[in-house]
Amino acid sequence: MTAPAAYQVSHLDALEAESIFVMREVVAEMERPVLLFSGGKDSIVMLRLAQKAFAPANIPFPVMHVDTGHNFPEVLEYRDQRVAELGLQLIVASVPEALAKGLVRESADGMRNRIQTPVLLDAVEKHRFDALFGGARRDEEKARAKERVFSFRDEFGQWDPKNQRPELWALYNGRHHPGESIRVFPLSNWTELDVWHYIARERIPLPSIYYAHEREVIERDGMLYAVNEFFRARAGEVSFKAQVRYRTVGDASCTAAVRSDADTVEKVIEEVAATRITERGATRGDDRVSEAAMEDRKREGYF
Amino acid sequence: MSAETLAPDATDAQAAAGAGPEARQMDLLRFATAGSVDDGKSTLIGRLLYDTKSLFTDQLAAVEAVSAARGDEYTNLALLTDGLRAEREQGITIDVAYRYFATPRRKFIIADTPGHIQYTRNMVTGASTADLALILVDARKGLVEQSRRHAFLCSLLRVPHLVLCVNKMDLVDWSQEVFERIADEFTAFAAKLDVPDLTVVPISALKGDNIVARSENMPWYEGPSLLHHLERVHIASDRNLVDVRFPVQYVIRPQSTTVTDYRGYAGQVASGVLKAGDEVMVLPSGFTSRIASVETSDGPVDEAFPPMSVTVRLTDEIDISRGDMICRPNNAPTVAQDIEAMVCWMDETRPLQVGGKYAIKHTTRSARAIVRGLHYRLDINSLHRDETAGELKLNEIGRVRLRTTIPLLADEYRRNRTTGGFVIIDEATNRTVGAGMIVEAG
Repeated sequence: MTAPAAYQVSHLDALEAESIFVMREVVAEMERPVLLFSGGKDSIVMLRLAQKAFAPANIPFPVMHVDTGHNFPEVLEYRDQRVAELGLQLIVASVPEALAKGLVRESADGMRNRIQTPVLLDAVEKHRFDALFGGARRDEEKARAKERVFSFRDEFGQWDPKNQRPELWALYNGRHHPGESIRVFPLSNWTELDVWHYIARERIPLPSIYYAHEREVIERDGMLYAVNEFFRARAGEVSFKAQVRYRTVGDASCTAAVRSDADTVEKVIEEVAATRITERGATRGDDRVSEAAMEDRKREGYF
Repeated sequence: MSAETLAPDATDAQAAAGAGPEARQMDLLRFATAGSVDDGKSTLIGRLLYDTKSLFTDQLAAVEAVSAARGDEYTNLALLTDGLRAEREQGITIDVAYRYFATPRRKFIIADTPGHIQYTRNMVTGASTADLALILVDARKGLVEQSRRHAFLCSLLRVPHLVLCVNKMDLVDWSQEVFERIADEFTAFAAKLDVPDLTVVPISALKGDNIVARSENMPWYEGPSLLHHLERVHIASDRNLVDVRFPVQYVIRPQSTTVTDYRGYAGQVASGVLKAGDEVMVLPSGFTSRIASVETSDGPVDEAFPPMSVTVRLTDEIDISRGDMICRPNNAPTVAQDIEAMVCWMDETRPLQVGGKYAIKHTTRSARAIVRGLHYRLDINSLHRDETAGELKLNEIGRVRLRTTIPLLADEYRRNRTTGGFVIIDEATNRTVGAGMIVEAG
């Protein structure tokens, strides 16, 4: 039997349908889900999918921001506005608070990417969350290419890449013992370009730093870092003004900008389609530590 | 600044090249690749990613650096997919890796399954969601035991399209005779397996022949290049649009003062076409009703079909919960507690045994099951049935009889990959230990 052309679905519709299915599966089967919301584009798309999955009801879980204290003000503003619009409960897992309490210690290089993991795990334990939605995609990084959609974590939040549950058809296994949890990645099969196409199609507003703007920057290790209270010039480094945008939004002390004139979503799509460098490779100082930097962080409980 | 003022002009966005009709009309093809490193599978995947500009310079530079450090004589593209520390240390591939690329016609998801360790488990996993499977053989070696095993697993998992790539044609002087001998042998073998669509392409992944463009070295080959075939193979009709199957996933009942008396059944259409006004039956209760509307958050839709995620509302108030199935009164799945299935065992610690009790997940329904019998274990190389087998160990496949605690709403797997497949879960460890394909229910 040949299906009429009308029964075709676009790749974006297929991805959306899959993500919505995954989110509903979690809410139906898990006790206490939470969505990790950083104010980055992937978590923003995830939040839109959550709206769609449960409409006309409200999103049936809270959102959590792991706050390193190194924030872009535009992103915090966006976060608070979005949470208020949707009537969501926001939980902030704060690295500065954890530092003050002595739960974690500042690392030598000042980067807080690694120390946010214990803060995240502490919040998970405190709120007894058993399912955590994350916006990670498999195209981002090679350790993530082997991650499951439902990724099992032991009571220490650890990922064991050699001991993953086989994932067949759309039959996700979220079973776990108390204290264990599942990280859920509804955007597993999306690429950076898919995310941008979806942002354009759904007309989703983003924090302004995703679009080209002029900023005072320093060039270090071939990357452009904004000069701000968390990132200062070292001896010999000279700051200058450049037209930039952010491809990813992370900790403000280790997330770099890229040179760009793309000040609209369509220009960003053109830019992303033409770029020859991965988004993490272009913008994340934390991934440059070693060949297996991401894998090592994931084993410790990172997203 | 508020977020609203930062939103780019939506009208412009619609008109943009990348967001325009081109991107909208792309569809999605999922394919699984099978073959060992020696067959050139990683080279082929690297080539597809590279030639479609999906391989990034920093990824390539990282692979080149690691290759050089290890003393490899050439840039080892296998390192692109073998990302885990343990894999690089041991030079093996542990797990299914997912890769992405797109052309203006299609987005592709590759489930890249490793050749050696836990081969069957990974291949079955990758094939379960695949529209197409790509099997590689080395032209110098021809079909090997593994090629037949790959083909068998693809047919067991009902992957609708199969492509055999006869690779390394450059090493057999682009010989038509060599190609045809391998193609004929494989075609004859596939005929026994009930493979619905088979295409055979002579390629050189290393040199790029017949990957994107037709090869000038093999003028005798008149078929499409591999990418041409992947872009155009017709997959829309692979979906079952006849049998209406809507497993209820979640009941939406807003606790709200603005939306009152709303009750919607959320789920993803497994098969068939649903529309407002259709008479439907709900299983296992057997109650009938009509569809009042089919909705998404963007409003009602005229029709819902696979793989859409929608919310269905009915004209009558009937008790429906997760795990129930909406179908048609004259076309319903079997409601059964006795299930005959082919099972692939995936647990290395404990084998499947007759008398064993497990949890199973089938569509959105969870049940417990006891293994009542093991008819035979299948030797997937010879297809010989060993009827004396008492258990199924890791990577073994056999025909099993199960009795479930509650009825499943089941179709034969060969008719419906969604309502015919289930997973088996160990209740003590919570691990997924088996995959089942229903042969007969009731």
